[in-house]
Amino acid sequence: AAMSKKGLKLLVDSLTRSAKHFNKNEVECLVNLFDTLVARSSSQFAGAGFDRTVFRDTLHNAFGMTDDVVLDRVFSTFDRGNNGCITVVEWVEGLAVLLRGTLEEKMKYCFAVYDLNGDGYISREEMFQMLKNSLLIQPADEEPDEGVKDLVDLVLKKMASTYLFILFLLQDYDHDGKLSFADFEKAVREEKLLLEVFGPCLPDIK
Amino acid sequence: IFSKASSSVEDVGESSSETEEDEQPVRRQEGGTDLSPEYWGIQKLAKYVKGGDPTATLIALCSMRDLNLSQEACQLAIKDTGCLEVLINLLDTEEIKCQTGSLKILKEISQNVLIRHAIADLGGLEIMVKILDSPDSDLKCLAAETIANVARFKRARKTVRQHGGIKRLVELLESISVGSSFQAKDTETARCGALALWSCSKSIKNKKAICKAGGIPLLARWLKCSHTNILIPIVGTLQECASEPSYRLAIRTEGMIEDLVKNLSSEHEELQMHCASAIFKCAEDEETRDLVRKHEGLQPLSVLLDNSENKQLLAAVTGAIWKCAISRENVLKFQEYKTVEALVTLLTDQPEEVLINVIGALGECCQEQENRGTIRRCGGIAPMVKLLSATNRALLVNVNRAVGGCAMEPENMAVIDSLDGVRLLWSLLKNPNPDVQASAAWALCPCVENAKNSGEMVRSFVGGLELIVNLLKSKDKEVLTSVCAAIANIAKDQENLAVMTDHGVVPLLSKLANTNNNKLRRHLAEAIAHCCMWGSNRVAFGEAKAVAPLARYLKAKDPLVHRATALALYQLSEDPNNCVIMHENGVVKLLLAMVGSTDDALQEAAAGCIANIRRLALATEKAKYG
Repeated sequence: AAMSKKGLKLLVDSLTRSAKHFNKNEVECLVNLFDTLVARSSSQFAGAGFDRTVFRDTLHNAFGMTDDVVLDRVFSTFDRGNNGCITVVEWVEGLAVLLRGTLEEKMKYCFAVYDLNGDGYISREEMFQMLKNSLLIQPADEEPDEGVKDLVDLVLKKMASTYLFILFLLQDYDHDGKLSFADFEKAVREEKLLLEVFGPCLPDIK
Repeated sequence: IFSKASSSVEDVGESSSETEEDEQPVRRQEGGTDLSPEYWGIQKLAKYVKGGDPTATLIALCSMRDLNLSQEACQLAIKDTGCLEVLINLLDTEEIKCQTGSLKILKEISQNVLIRHAIADLGGLEIMVKILDSPDSDLKCLAAETIANVARFKRARKTVRQHGGIKRLVELLESISVGSSFQAKDTETARCGALALWSCSKSIKNKKAICKAGGIPLLARWLKCSHTNILIPIVGTLQECASEPSYRLAIRTEGMIEDLVKNLSSEHEELQMHCASAIFKCAEDEETRDLVRKHEGLQPLSVLLDNSENKQLLAAVTGAIWKCAISRENVLKFQEYKTVEALVTLLTDQPEEVLINVIGALGECCQEQENRGTIRRCGGIAPMVKLLSATNRALLVNVNRAVGGCAMEPENMAVIDSLDGVRLLWSLLKNPNPDVQASAAWALCPCVENAKNSGEMVRSFVGGLELIVNLLKSKDKEVLTSVCAAIANIAKDQENLAVMTDHGVVPLLSKLANTNNNKLRRHLAEAIAHCCMWGSNRVAFGEAKAVAPLARYLKAKDPLVHRATALALYQLSEDPNNCVIMHENGVVKLLLAMVGSTDDALQEAAAGCIANIRRLALATEKAKYG
């Protein structure tokens, strides 16, 4: 639905404040882009937003993000209302983090992407899921999944070491080992390269 | 240890101003069939780097950094498993994160000499130089820091230069934001660039390349910064390059002396040391010595002598003081700060590199009479004389100079003599090195002049006179000059002159007469003048054809030469045959011009000589005409 000029201005002002990292011109461009995307989308949301497919195509074309699993997760983080539809607010605020987020914002974003089931932890299975295609060359004499399992162990050892140590103290070996946000944050602060440890989910600004 | 492969012309320019690892590094222990646990760990990680996508690669690289990379076993494992090649190949990709992860590891392990040779062999340097073009400043910093480590040997430094590395490293110094405030990020980039330049600057060709790339004004600019962590590599680079005259000139003219002096008062000893080193090298030039004084640098230098724990710092400071003391005004200033007293305390229990400079400084300070007394009162003469038994050439040259300086005071001379100092100096005439011989001979001049019972003393050195006369056969100009000066002094004693005559001093001196070197001419003429005073030496000099060349000396521009020559000619003119030769060589006209000189000795000698020649002429006339 078309918006009045005044309505647009109010929207842009409000979004500029909430998204923090864009100026008014930039927000206005993004809003206009949003409108085109909505037009492209199926009409089931009656113009309130666009759907997953459009979102994935857009990110793919704009940022070269190709991994479907990741794109799905990104969609989920944008879709805070969790209704399969990206509204203009979710759109602008989401992009603000993606393109210009502070380290804190990016850490929260990445963690949310990697936390596949949204339970606040990145579990061993989730890690396996994300890394299973990362080994291009598997040595012939090994079980195909052994390499990936090793890789997962490496990550846990690197990032969740305190947690594992506590498990060891508690003699609680049933726990698979998982990463809390606190673990993730601490590890990334020490080594920034670990921000996208389970796969690229931020646009590559070359 | 140093295995020199056939060195090409190119290699000459690579010669460094300091000794460093030229040799092919050898592994310390081979053998042991058990591969270390580090080996297996790294091999496993290398597998992921080789066979994984960038995500897996990064995980492996980050895990690798948890291993103890400063441990040699680990470092060698990275090389032996072929992981090093993989790391270098990663550098060649466009994946900034992978390049970063790889460089973080390479930076650490390149502290190992074997690893850095391997990195260079694998072509890693060229790639790192390319990375210096990257827009990512963290990546550039890592590349520069790694280059700094790898470039610790000649071939690596050459490679960096040949691939345009020097220019790019200098560009890192350009990262100065608008305005004079030094932003943290720019400072970090510049610091890394400076570290790399510091390593690279050990090669002469690189010093020149840095200059050509416009590095000097940038170094000057950063010298004004107050962050120690960048100042150290900046000053380190400057002092390394200060062996080149072009740099010394720039340091002087671009106002860097002021900054160097300022940083002498830093809290960081390493920074103080580099500043002192730079001043040490630059103070070869008189204008710099004046600038150091003008910017009040002499006092902080003197104060630093109190820190005798840090030997490297002490060596640099004493070196700076030594060279600054070449200028008399600086010596006077040092007197205010009681520097001489402090230096004397450093004559014992110090490493050679410190001693050389301390003694050099004291030698310069002896220019001032007051200091000669100070040295004696502080008990400095005994340790000095003891050092005459050293073996280090540079040390001996300085010691000789200092002892000679002290010997100008008769009171000092007594102490030197009592400690057998003159005999020790005399035996240094046997030293194979001409610099040592010459400096010993120079020192003997005041000794012979000021010692009590000098003639007897000289005679007491068995074979001493023969030794010194034979040095007239040396090929070294400085040796010849100094020996002539010594002989001129020794010849004042009749007995000794007789002995020297027996040893052939006359023909030997005469053989030297044909020289254009004014310093030699002067002392030679003095020697001849004094050696005339025995037996038939005057005649002998004439027969040995010494007179005509001497006549030519009068045409020189040096007044000291004139005076010495006039003295010699006056003595020689007591013999009629010599007068004839002098007359034939136009001596009269030249001497006439000097009769009006303000130099009394010259005046007298010239007049006396002319009188003798005239007398002979008259006598000849008389004989002719009855």
